[in-house]
Amino acid sequence: MPLETEFPQDYEKRDFDVVGSRAVRPDGVDKVTGRARFGADAVAPGMLHGKILRSPHAHAKIVKIDASKAEALDGVKAVVTRDDFPIHEPAAEDRFLRDILVNVMAREKALYDGHAVAAVAATDPRVAARALKLIEVEYEVLPHVVDEDLAMAPDAPVLHDDLGHEYGGGKPSNVAGTVEIGHGDVEAGFAAADVIVERSFKTGAAHQGYIEPHACLANIGADGRGELWCCTQGHFMVRDTVTQLLGMEVSNLRVTPSEIGGGFGGKTTVFIEPVAVALSRKAGKPVKIVMSRDEVFRATGPTASASLTVKIGAKKDGTITAADAVLKYQGGAFPGSPVDMGAMAAFACYELENVRAVGYDVVTNRPKQAAYRAPGAPMAAFAVESVVTEVADEIGMDPIDFRLKNAARDGSKSSYGPTYTEIGLVETLEAAKATEHYNSPLGPDQGRGVASGFWFNFGGQTAVSLNVNVDGTIALSLGTPDIGGSRASMCAMAAEELGVAYEDVYAVIADTASLGFNDVTDGSRVTFASGLATIQAARQAKQRMCERAAKIWGIPADAVKWEGGAAHPSGPNAGDHKPMTLKDIAAMAGETGGPIAGHHEISAEGAGPSFATHIVDAQIDRETGRIDVVRYTVVQDAGKAVNPAYVEGQFQGGAAQGIGWALNEEYIYNDKGQLENPGFLDYRVPVASDLPMIETVIVEKPNPGHPYGVRGVGETSIVPPMGAIANAVSAAARVRATEIPMSPPRMLKLLRDSEQAAQAAE
Amino acid sequence: MSKIHVTTEINGDPVEFLCDGEETLLDVLRDRLGMTGSKEGCGTGDCGACTVSVDGKIVCSCLMLGAEAEGRSIETIEGMAQGEMLHPLQRKFLEHAALQCGVCTPGILVAAKALLAENPDPSETEVRYWLAGNLCRCTGYDKIVRAVMDAAAEMRGRNYAA
Repeated sequence: MPLETEFPQDYEKRDFDVVGSRAVRPDGVDKVTGRARFGADAVAPGMLHGKILRSPHAHAKIVKIDASKAEALDGVKAVVTRDDFPIHEPAAEDRFLRDILVNVMAREKALYDGHAVAAVAATDPRVAARALKLIEVEYEVLPHVVDEDLAMAPDAPVLHDDLGHEYGGGKPSNVAGTVEIGHGDVEAGFAAADVIVERSFKTGAAHQGYIEPHACLANIGADGRGELWCCTQGHFMVRDTVTQLLGMEVSNLRVTPSEIGGGFGGKTTVFIEPVAVALSRKAGKPVKIVMSRDEVFRATGPTASASLTVKIGAKKDGTITAADAVLKYQGGAFPGSPVDMGAMAAFACYELENVRAVGYDVVTNRPKQAAYRAPGAPMAAFAVESVVTEVADEIGMDPIDFRLKNAARDGSKSSYGPTYTEIGLVETLEAAKATEHYNSPLGPDQGRGVASGFWFNFGGQTAVSLNVNVDGTIALSLGTPDIGGSRASMCAMAAEELGVAYEDVYAVIADTASLGFNDVTDGSRVTFASGLATIQAARQAKQRMCERAAKIWGIPADAVKWEGGAAHPSGPNAGDHKPMTLKDIAAMAGETGGPIAGHHEISAEGAGPSFATHIVDAQIDRETGRIDVVRYTVVQDAGKAVNPAYVEGQFQGGAAQGIGWALNEEYIYNDKGQLENPGFLDYRVPVASDLPMIETVIVEKPNPGHPYGVRGVGETSIVPPMGAIANAVSAAARVRATEIPMSPPRMLKLLRDSEQAAQAAE
Repeated sequence: MSKIHVTTEINGDPVEFLCDGEETLLDVLRDRLGMTGSKEGCGTGDCGACTVSVDGKIVCSCLMLGAEAEGRSIETIEGMAQGEMLHPLQRKFLEHAALQCGVCTPGILVAAKALLAENPDPSETEVRYWLAGNLCRCTGYDKIVRAVMDAAAEMRGRNYAA
């Protein structure tokens, strides 16, 4: 029987019954009653507690580690150090993998304050903490560097002897790589410009700031097979990475994802998971590791800090003639800062004849950066959108009109290469211009800023199973951890496609043994890619149910069609049969051929980029330098909002994180390179009293690559905030703010400097 | 190391436990009593994910010792719904999509319930300042504030005893 029908993936205009409604999420009740099980909520019989010893030095040779006293302590069952993490074959050949291993457990050198150097498993967490203090580590402290510009200087301390020879002129340096994108002739473009603005900017590193610290529970048996429970954005990634790092067979580790208490990209790699597995293997017992908040700040995330220079030239009529950027991103102690994506995203909002962006990937003595929501794009957009507004101001154009004049449209060649198909930037700009917010008056000491933003969006490997239960309900198995309500969207798409009630569909995130490989929940891909696979799985299940109805009716399968949640006889030879609902067919499945299910496995393409335009009103206190965001509107293209409430949530969450990054959040290092604010008291993420309501406008320009027109929305929302806020702040302060975060001391200095400069000019 | 014997009341039930002197109330709830609804986001009283009510006042259970629970009356997220009947705040949080990952939600609900007991008709600003000790990284607080105010309105309308 030909079951493997290719169902069309392209967008088809249709009316929706379930999609587009504000349905309550299937995991909701568990999450408001405390039943939901997050990473730290699991226990196993006989479980040990693991803790990790971390380097207090930013850069140091590890001369000797003596764990004998810790091992002798009552209750200690295992200690692991670098000796327990030999470099197995996959990591020997793969620098990316080897760097993860070295980050998980330091080898010759500690590369940042907080770098793991040893770990203990003991019967009680308090015993484990005491054992850590008994481990003697002899360090030889080396000079360190934590700033991207200083790390690129000729006399900078060098982290890795095998990196950066090209930039270092044959000698090792801290520039791990460079990237250049663009087209046209930038110099000729600037020569044709009437107005040119060039500025340099700095942005601080920001942590993803998920409220749930990393947590996991490993349980490895004497036969080498085991289980791992952890909070992650990608349990298949965890399985593959951990087994490769520890020399295990992939099939010997089954990973179950817990509910995840936020990630924002920060849980797309491993930190404690290989350590817990190594300890469990050594101790022969389950081992749980839960990071403290201090460890989260010192040893995980954040995104890169950046030093940026942007130059844009335009004609008096508002046409941009050339755009150029130099981006330097430090991504911590290992190569892999997101400068490549920063360079590609920098000018992606504009149709440009002459464009170039050059990026430097810089290593410093800071924690290895991890993806953070549209990794690399917000910093570049901050610099570009600041200069775009300044050019518009110079030629006397409204900043939205100036952006509209140069905006990328359907069919535009993007700055990073591909030609856009159907994109919604112009629609967001037009909708922003029409908002009541944009046309409202400002109060004293207030300024208004706008900025646009872009994110690529991603598809990726995805597998979904859809089971038709005997009672006619649907069980959906997904392989992409649900980080913000995606199960609700999957249930809605399954219900829509099958023609059943939303409440009749329930979704779970299946473990690594129960479903084919799924890429990580990242790249704003889940509602697009898992949604696509869900729709296709539902189409397969419908086809199979039509076949069952045909069998019952004794007619050919192609004489049955699915409509409104039921199989109907269709066509001249179908005969007269009473339609069979999904429930009818499900109830008879046992007698008509057994269980009914639909599956879909895909490497999804056609994610379709998402664009946004944000409007911000900021108020400055000229005595203290404090900035308040008094009004905020997000306008973004969602393609099709499957659940508008959760789409708005993504818009608002991205904006709030952008506000924190722009105004408060900062890594403060002392002169020894130690992080001085590894806690939420001093690394201040926005609290409820810091923020206004965040207004939202959902633009829906269907994505041609998805049956319902869906585009990912999770990441674009953090791209415009810093630029929009900087433009608002600069208007309010009457001086251009070029350093992020625009914290009170920094703003006060900027105000005083500009007042002095104005006085001197008089 | 001898343990401390503690007699207390949690969500209306009498509870006894043994704990070390250095254990926090949060450690006791989660690790000794299996009540993992209260979350540890920081362990330093900055994030509010571990918020519980002690004799009617909200505290960060990570800042209180387990031994200090002696003779107190403690309420946690596990005691908020009555069987299948959700508290109006819980229901409004679902209706307004006031949670994304949901890890801060238990602490915010416990804190919001205490707010409405003290002030049944809070302004937006009052809600924002009351919840300023509860971090949420996902939502930007917009839908949380709306859900709390909507629950307050419903409870005032029904004269619901919080």
